[in-house]
Amino acid sequence: MMRTIRIGSGAGYSGDRIEPALELAEQGDIQYLVFECLGERTVALAQQARMKNPDHGYDPLLEERIRVVLPACAARGIKIVTNMGAANPLAAARKTAEIARSLGLSQLRIAAVIGDDVLEVCREQELPILEFEGSIRQLGNRLLSANAYLGAEPIAAALGGGADIVITGRASDPALFLAPMIDAFGWAMDDWNRLGQGTLAGHLLECAGQITGGYFADPGYKDVPDLARLGFPIGEVGCDGSLVITKVAGSGGAVTARTCKKQLLYEVHDPRRYIQPDVVADFSQVSVEEIAPDRVRVSGGRGSARTGMLKVSVGYLDGYIGEGQISYAGPGATARGRLALEIVRERLQLTGVAASEWRFDLIGVNSLHGADLSARVNEPYEVRVRVAGRTENLREAIRIGNEVETLYTNGPAGGGGAFKSARDVVAVAAVLLPRELAAPSIRFVEP
Amino acid sequence: MTKLREIAHSRTGDKGNISNISLIAYDEKHYPLLCAQITCERVKAHFEGLVEGEVVRYELPMIAALNFVMTGALGGGVTRSLALDAHGKSLSSALLDLEIDIASNGP
Repeated sequence: MMRTIRIGSGAGYSGDRIEPALELAEQGDIQYLVFECLGERTVALAQQARMKNPDHGYDPLLEERIRVVLPACAARGIKIVTNMGAANPLAAARKTAEIARSLGLSQLRIAAVIGDDVLEVCREQELPILEFEGSIRQLGNRLLSANAYLGAEPIAAALGGGADIVITGRASDPALFLAPMIDAFGWAMDDWNRLGQGTLAGHLLECAGQITGGYFADPGYKDVPDLARLGFPIGEVGCDGSLVITKVAGSGGAVTARTCKKQLLYEVHDPRRYIQPDVVADFSQVSVEEIAPDRVRVSGGRGSARTGMLKVSVGYLDGYIGEGQISYAGPGATARGRLALEIVRERLQLTGVAASEWRFDLIGVNSLHGADLSARVNEPYEVRVRVAGRTENLREAIRIGNEVETLYTNGPAGGGGAFKSARDVVAVAAVLLPRELAAPSIRFVEP
Repeated sequence: MTKLREIAHSRTGDKGNISNISLIAYDEKHYPLLCAQITCERVKAHFEGLVEGEVVRYELPMIAALNFVMTGALGGGVTRSLALDAHGKSLSSALLDLEIDIASNGP
């Protein structure tokens, strides 16, 4: 049994930089490379793609990412775990097998974890939606997808079964990292404190560059070197759960106590109850210690028994958003921007554009934090008008951007750079599903 | 009075329509001041008009940090919000604009 493993985090979201993962594979001395690429809404969008073509529905960058890292990973025996399967892990595994074949790597074993798609079972249940009043049944034909956050168990089983590459759909992000620990160390699935500490490691690593100095810099306060060459993180995990966060020597960024603390609380609510499919992790006693440059020990993660429920991400159609923007600059820019907003507001009423919710913003003044927090600042040199509304159909949504665009010849002096858009909205909500109603399984695909 | 930005840093996370904002003291000696002065009531008042629901505060003395969890903070959630910053990522910067009295020993 291995005493220590090094897990690299090769992506923090679907569109993340490509080459830091290759740097990890070539220079990171890692045994596992994990790509977390599946945002809350991505499965629902991927499900739409799959409905149009049964071979689609996985991450659009899968081929590019896999092609870049596979030769280096295969040469070093690095195992890959990723949720790039999105709504179609099996098709993603077949595509990966095709890539492996084309690279002369037919010996690689590729597994898909399936069973996160619980749409059919959810249709039959009266499951309450957590975000608003109503149940999944009430979404009716607006319901697009329902995917359970699976845990580490099926991924670890695939690794234990000899998989070099494991591709999942919806799985908890930390579980992608916890699975290699279970595979390497044989942790029991009721060793709650180990699973809690392993979840801590996964949570810290899952956003890749967000713990190595990305999304951290504030000039003069928190400077970070070489963000254009930001190195992605490596978690060095011992069989007892001990954890050091580090990165490839010479890469950009920094791993410090501060970068680790900042990521520790990212997207966490009650730190004593970070609810995961495999464990309820407790981060409240976690401590952070710099032991060498770019090496930070993080300890004290604990856990208690998992709950009987799995969180399910539900995708549904939620109407349309229409939007228009235009800019004003120089003396009086703010006053002309405000006049423009008033004109559009009146025009939308006069022409009867129907929307259930509106935004009238001045970008550069109040678009991010509203009127109250923005009231104290001085006049900016330039402002950008932004009007957005939620509508029931595309035709209404288009009219919103049109009313902003007509400010060119009908509005205040000097408007420029108009932009308009109208799009359908795929929204995501959550329900809880009794664990036994999801049945994950593994399918091996031979190159 | 001093801006929070001088003594602490922060990151915002989103889950559905809930935003969490961490507040981490650079120096642990300032942690008691954060606990005493950066209360849920102050944070709720600071974000009035932006946050519809309650604000809950969690304390993490081991890392000298607070975690504020704000419900109804993201215009229905990142996937449906009309806001320019649908994730509410920029809210952390607004929190650091709050003022704190670092000469004081108590609340």
